[in-house]
Amino acid sequence: MDKMPKWADVALVPVVSLILAALISAIVFVAVGQNPWEALKLMTYGAVGTSDFLGYTLFYATNFIFTGLAVAVAFHASLFNIGGEGQVLLGGLGAAIVVLFVPWPHWTLALIAGATAAAAFGALWVAIPAYLQARRGSHIVITTIMFNFMASGVLIYMLSGPLKPGGNMQIATEIFPEASHLPSLNDIAELFGSDLFGRSPVNISSLIALIACVGVWILIWHTRLGYQIRALGRSESAARYAGISAVNITMIALLISGGLAGMMAVNNTMGINTPQLVDNAAGGAGFIGIAVALMGRNHPVGIVIAALLFGALYQGGAELSAATSIPVQIVVVIQALVIMFTGALNEMVRSPIEKLFIRFGRNRVAGE
Amino acid sequence: MNDMSPAIELVGISKAFGPVQANKDISIRVMPGTIHGIIGENGAGKSTLMSILYGFYKADAGEIYIAGQKIQIPDSQAAIAAGIGMVFQHFKLVQNFSVLENVVLGAEDGALLRPSLAKARKQLKTLAEEYELHVDPDAIIEDLGVGMQQRVEILKALYRHADILILDEPTGVLTPPEADQLFRILGRLKTEGKTIILITHKLREIMDITDTVSVMRRGEMDSTVRTSMTNPADLAERMVGRKVLLRVDKTLAKPKQVVIEVRDLNITDEKGVHRLKGVSFNVRAGEILGIAGVSGNGQSELLEVLGGYGKATGEILMNGVPLDLTGAHSDGQSRRARGIAHVPEDRQHDGLIMDFSASENTAFGYHHDPEYQRNTLLMDNAAILRDAQGKMERFDVRPLNPLLSAKNFSGGNQQKIVVAREIERDPDLLLVGQPTRGVDIGAIEFIHQQIVALRDAGKAILLVSVELDEILGLSDRIAVMFDGQIMGERLPENTNEKELGLLMAGVTDGEAA
Amino acid sequence: MDFFTIIQLGDASVRMAIPLLLACLAGLFSERAGIFDIGLEGKMLAAAFLSAAVSYTSGSVWVGLLAGIGISVILSIIHGIASITFRGNQLISGVAINFFAAGLTVVIAQGWFAQGGRTPSLPKDARFNGLNFPGAVSRMRDKMQASPGMQFYSEFVSGHSILVYLGILAVPLSWWILYHTRFGLRLRAVGEAPEAVDTAGISVVRLRFSAVIICGILCGIAGAYLSTAVQAGFTKDMTANRGFIALAALIFAKWRPWYALGACLLFGLFFAIDIRFSNIQLQVIWIMALLLSCASGLTTYAVRREKIDVIVLGGLSFVLAGVAFVAWFATASTEGISIFAALWETVKVPSQLIQSLPYLFVVIVLAGFVGKAIPPRAGGQPYVKER
Repeated sequence: MDKMPKWADVALVPVVSLILAALISAIVFVAVGQNPWEALKLMTYGAVGTSDFLGYTLFYATNFIFTGLAVAVAFHASLFNIGGEGQVLLGGLGAAIVVLFVPWPHWTLALIAGATAAAAFGALWVAIPAYLQARRGSHIVITTIMFNFMASGVLIYMLSGPLKPGGNMQIATEIFPEASHLPSLNDIAELFGSDLFGRSPVNISSLIALIACVGVWILIWHTRLGYQIRALGRSESAARYAGISAVNITMIALLISGGLAGMMAVNNTMGINTPQLVDNAAGGAGFIGIAVALMGRNHPVGIVIAALLFGALYQGGAELSAATSIPVQIVVVIQALVIMFTGALNEMVRSPIEKLFIRFGRNRVAGE
Repeated sequence: MNDMSPAIELVGISKAFGPVQANKDISIRVMPGTIHGIIGENGAGKSTLMSILYGFYKADAGEIYIAGQKIQIPDSQAAIAAGIGMVFQHFKLVQNFSVLENVVLGAEDGALLRPSLAKARKQLKTLAEEYELHVDPDAIIEDLGVGMQQRVEILKALYRHADILILDEPTGVLTPPEADQLFRILGRLKTEGKTIILITHKLREIMDITDTVSVMRRGEMDSTVRTSMTNPADLAERMVGRKVLLRVDKTLAKPKQVVIEVRDLNITDEKGVHRLKGVSFNVRAGEILGIAGVSGNGQSELLEVLGGYGKATGEILMNGVPLDLTGAHSDGQSRRARGIAHVPEDRQHDGLIMDFSASENTAFGYHHDPEYQRNTLLMDNAAILRDAQGKMERFDVRPLNPLLSAKNFSGGNQQKIVVAREIERDPDLLLVGQPTRGVDIGAIEFIHQQIVALRDAGKAILLVSVELDEILGLSDRIAVMFDGQIMGERLPENTNEKELGLLMAGVTDGEAA
Repeated sequence: MDFFTIIQLGDASVRMAIPLLLACLAGLFSERAGIFDIGLEGKMLAAAFLSAAVSYTSGSVWVGLLAGIGISVILSIIHGIASITFRGNQLISGVAINFFAAGLTVVIAQGWFAQGGRTPSLPKDARFNGLNFPGAVSRMRDKMQASPGMQFYSEFVSGHSILVYLGILAVPLSWWILYHTRFGLRLRAVGEAPEAVDTAGISVVRLRFSAVIICGILCGIAGAYLSTAVQAGFTKDMTANRGFIALAALIFAKWRPWYALGACLLFGLFFAIDIRFSNIQLQVIWIMALLLSCASGLTTYAVRREKIDVIVLGGLSFVLAGVAFVAWFATASTEGISIFAALWETVKVPSQLIQSLPYLFVVIVLAGFVGKAIPPRAGGQPYVKER
């Protein structure tokens, strides 16, 4: 029946893909005159070597959990939301507006309001592409890419116009009011006398990300909506037969996706050490979400693992480029390779493994 | 020459698709200038065998001889070079190309198109006269009817100088008169010395036209005999491997009140084609209305509207209350709420989600049902699993593993999952489309019994099938559809295949009488 | 706007349209064969980098062009291996190629030239320079004073690099290949019905690979044009999303070569406007009229349709109307004038909006309100022999 055990499918195949991606990355390192082993050591140190580094790794991982979940929810409906980048920016705008213009008495309230606004703005930013996909069949991939460009236009306009603080040259909002600052995980760790996360910005939103994972898991596998999303994603014609509205489910799945991406803003605008919205707030996290979702097999547990890995890669890559002449774009290369091997070349990796299992399985049966 | 070498000889052909052994050690000889039939059930391996001969698949083992010469057929190019042509069950035509372009494709004479097209135009004219295969060379394929498209396929083979022509289930999409015309053409080709292989599961065609016949069963060659030396009952037994109960056991129907009343139903599709033209009928409680017809005459559209996923104008009364045919309540959920269950024509495309587990599939379409919910927010996956287990036990689905994906079940077991889901909802009206297409004999009997049992429980059943035997065996009343219209109604005891065949071809009541 | 300005605008449109056109034709060959290629952007970028780098190193722009084509073809083949050989998801493969190129160009450029992820500026003979046609005047002052016919000839017809003329020529050539050769017939067939091609004894794999290789060649030329003709060297992300706009143009062009020319010239015009008129001033009343008529148009469209249309398009109309009124009142308050006087006030249209116009237009095109197109039937799906 099933040709290979489930663990091989969910763990072995991604790990082999990852090794292949790492091998090609090693070739790239050699090509630019860097010893790959040294680079790996530098990156590992940069990712987890000090409490600051570890904290940053977790901070980035939190970003990627949000965008990974966003891409995954859309993938379950067979939709490719490549617009995470723009939705993150708009989410930041939503959070910034709510936090800047309302004097929240306590960070908990600011967190709830900010998260809600961020999710709402992220969702609204995908609403038009979602509607065009659902009602007009316009390809979501191209429309969301276009909306990414427009999002950065909107953000730069807002940051250099209406939201521009007086007398500041930086393209960014004011620093958010003190009362809305989110406690960092290190503040919490210090209560127990630990300095686990150093001066890194990793903060309470990491817990929100984990809650979002549980939420997505429940949504996809334990609710009617999730059932309908998966049904539509696997077979549009069968969904039509069953009376599942393709238009509504497409819209809802993408709105949820956009909302999750938007919520990343809680971490990267409200949660940073100087909470404010800057022009390049997304920093490619929307795109890394694609790699995270593919590698994590669209499952929250896999996404957390993949996000941690990419968090380490992102932070380690930054330290690597500080220590050597290799630019940070090396992270984009590795990200591309992961997308290629875990996404498009999945069959290339999978079928030899599958064949091995069939052969091994047969021998075992014969031996019995 | 009396020891003439056979046109085709296959020796020891084997082919496996993963764990499925589609062909096992098959040998066959076909003499030139004959029509050879290959008959067998769905999944017996007929099409696979012929696809190997045509180079579409590569055999795992075995040898192929054409006119006495051993040859290798690694791809279709080699088959064409060896003089083999094939007309597939699903035509391999480029829909938005002209007839001429389709004929030329792959058989061009040079890098430029113009000379090739000019030559083909001339050649087509000759072929048309020689074999009575007239087609407008400039017509676009998607504007042609299926009969014409099939002609294009035959012309494609002849244009490539095929001496051997393989036809896979060629009459499945044809009306009886169109089929007769096809057989005349095949006869003509035979007299010109061509060798023809006809794959079918219809006994009648074998008896009517073939010289010799091979019977395949479960991937193996059962026997090859002269057609004149056998009879349908014998062939049927060889196909199935045991005596077949061709008739369905059922008592006389006791129809009660009208459950569904369809009045003047019209459907126009996106392309503006009038698919249903003023169809009216009713089905009563406790009876099976069978709708016969060649596929593509509006039956699918009718089922879609009744099942809630097609738009139409007209009126449908379900238990006396009108159904919404265009608005917000014309969807599958609303139909199910009104007591209409639906076994769709294409279970793999519509009825099941192949990647979902059997358990998830047994809730499909009824996923809003309270028994599957734990509370307002969460579904009760355990309840769904329990329910699936029960349904699969009662309908003898094998393997009895509700967690297995639907794609891992055989056709018959997949269909049982669909039928179990729909029948156990205890609907007032059951819509059934092609209930036994691609289903093995054992499962056919079982599914037929379940349908009859539902009827005996006082439910209304609308059966759509292109298999006349199935219509005649199951129905209490028969309506025949042609070109979006109902050509007439008959009682099964007062009609026969010939009369129904004429109606299916659009010959009206008056003319048929 | 005088005649010469119009000529200059046309000239700039053509310059901007050429990379789009080459990428669009590249996409045309690929998609007509049934392979979606969202990786046009990445291929152009890789080609832009390598052709600049090799031109600089070798001193010959032609060697650079070949190198650019080479790398673009290699990426095409990778896309082919993923989507044809291993039947992977074509969108995901394309996305991966885009990131791969975006990252690798900077990493390699830094490792090679150590100038912050760019190539050094190309000297004049390592670039494609404008060809001056006989009789054409080349100095700006002479052009300004020339007759309209001479202006047209000198500015619009003459003075482009050879790649521009090559790009224009690619249109009839593509059309001829597609509709008048055996290869074209097969290519169109494999994008519509690969099973028909397969049973006719033609290799689907070989045909589709040929198509993606052609796609690679054209993307390579497009990329080389950007870094060796439009600009003198490679800079990070210099393709600036042209690959995606080319895809939209392809849809707008209904996958036809001549239409592609028209669509790309239109997009080229948008870019030319963006470059030339970054400072557009409008009276508030015109902004109001434009936005409110869009809003009312959308609302009128929506109310005759379903609930979802009313919600989404109604919401959008609301936002547009909101923007209009905010612009109005904000003008009044910043200028300290009355609401009515503000209507006649002239304000600057945000440059971000002008820059977003091509993208906005892409979305409108994809929405299908400008003519609905039918894509190649087998597009995006790997070919699997039917069982």
